[in-house]
Amino acid sequence: MRDFSYLRATSADAARQAAALPGTMLLAGGTTLIDLAKCGVAEPDTLVDITHLKGLDRIDVNERGATIGALAKMGHVADHADIKSRFPAISEALWQAASAQIRNMATIGGNLMQRTRCPYFRDPANFAACNKRKPGSGCSAIGGVTRGHAVLGTSEACIAMYPGDLATALVAFDATVHLGERKLLVDDFFLLPGTTPDREHAIEPGEMITAIEIPGSAAARRSTYLKIRDRQSYEFAAASAAVGIEFEADGRTIRDLRIALGGVATKPWRVRAVEDALKGKALEPETVRAASLLAIEGAVDHGANHYKIELAPRVVARAILKLGETA
Amino acid sequence: MTKIPVHLDINGQHHELQLEPRVTLLDALRERLGLTGTKKGCDHGQCGACTVHIDGERVLACLTLAAQAEGRAITTIEGLARAGELHPVQAAFLEQDAFQCGYCTPGQIMSAVACIREGHAGSDEEIREYMAGNLCRCGAYPHIVAAVRQAAQEFAS
Repeated sequence: MRDFSYLRATSADAARQAAALPGTMLLAGGTTLIDLAKCGVAEPDTLVDITHLKGLDRIDVNERGATIGALAKMGHVADHADIKSRFPAISEALWQAASAQIRNMATIGGNLMQRTRCPYFRDPANFAACNKRKPGSGCSAIGGVTRGHAVLGTSEACIAMYPGDLATALVAFDATVHLGERKLLVDDFFLLPGTTPDREHAIEPGEMITAIEIPGSAAARRSTYLKIRDRQSYEFAAASAAVGIEFEADGRTIRDLRIALGGVATKPWRVRAVEDALKGKALEPETVRAASLLAIEGAVDHGANHYKIELAPRVVARAILKLGETA
Repeated sequence: MTKIPVHLDINGQHHELQLEPRVTLLDALRERLGLTGTKKGCDHGQCGACTVHIDGERVLACLTLAAQAEGRAITTIEGLARAGELHPVQAAFLEQDAFQCGYCTPGQIMSAVACIREGHAGSDEEIREYMAGNLCRCGAYPHIVAAVRQAAQEFAS
């Protein structure tokens, strides 16, 4: 790991000002940044430690929704009683992510800044070509080992999968990210690779994530996060789905439905086509399975990741039907 | 890069070090302070061998800069025993034969102590889920689960 200078931010404003300088990065839990610095991917000149800032780790939940400070730890949010009762999919996405140790370190803001786990991106010593690391250098994954790569939202420049769980749930429930005064939908915070895969987040130099806000809803209250993996725990998703559902008074007809996919796309992937196809319909297994096929519309595989095209709709259908069982 | 002063509170003892900012807590413990009970496995946050407690919570020393741990209470495997008595989790690992080579064991034990304290050791299934961040390449998992279960039951009674 190349050496860097270390500063401890005394205020959010001071952190933002410092982070506007080239070569300077904000350091929170460090679970991505220190790892990538060891890989030779991140090469900061200066790290500004924001973990000592006060007041940015609050978790406020009420009728209108939840506001979670950027420095709240993943583990604390996962275990928060009101998050568990009003936003089960958020809690489930968090406790199924990473390990207990990492969840005690990693912050909510840092989680949104998590980078892809593409093994070519993470290995500059052996793979010089990576458009995400070095724009214009090419993509080592295309034509390489692609079992963990995206099938949705890819481009000719990059097929790296977005690996996070939390943001998948956030996108399903129309959460916003607060960058100080500026607020934008989490869905808009994550960028498609297109021709600029090096730019993953709609955050500008000098900006810092201060909080996320999740609107409360009946669908969020009846929600789940289903994560299918190669091993049972401590693994990234082969495919995952955050699903929330609200029924009409009859307990069968779908009034509201929210669905987002993880583990298959280059960013958290909202699937409105499935939502629209099922709203107003009665919850029947055959109807749900047929509609869930729309989740993967437009998918393009690169060989070894073809299984995701078959798996993802099944994960969506299973999550919807699981929520229906509790009606 | 210029070294910076870092004050660390480890197992109740105060240490004053001069470190390059890039030095992780893991390297500071092992290379500077001779506290080699905390192990370096993958050094990338994937194996759990370097698990320590900071302010009572289990974290990975390999992904924590020593400078970030300043002002926090750090506990390592060397700080678990009290007055020559093994911590109940350490004793349970011995009784249940919960290791083979032993390299992952300090991390397993630090993780288990926190797992029980968090209330995440209520069933074998829950123990497996909440101990998933500690890999054992000898495959001693059934005995590790038994040791955590035994220690959790002792704390509950």
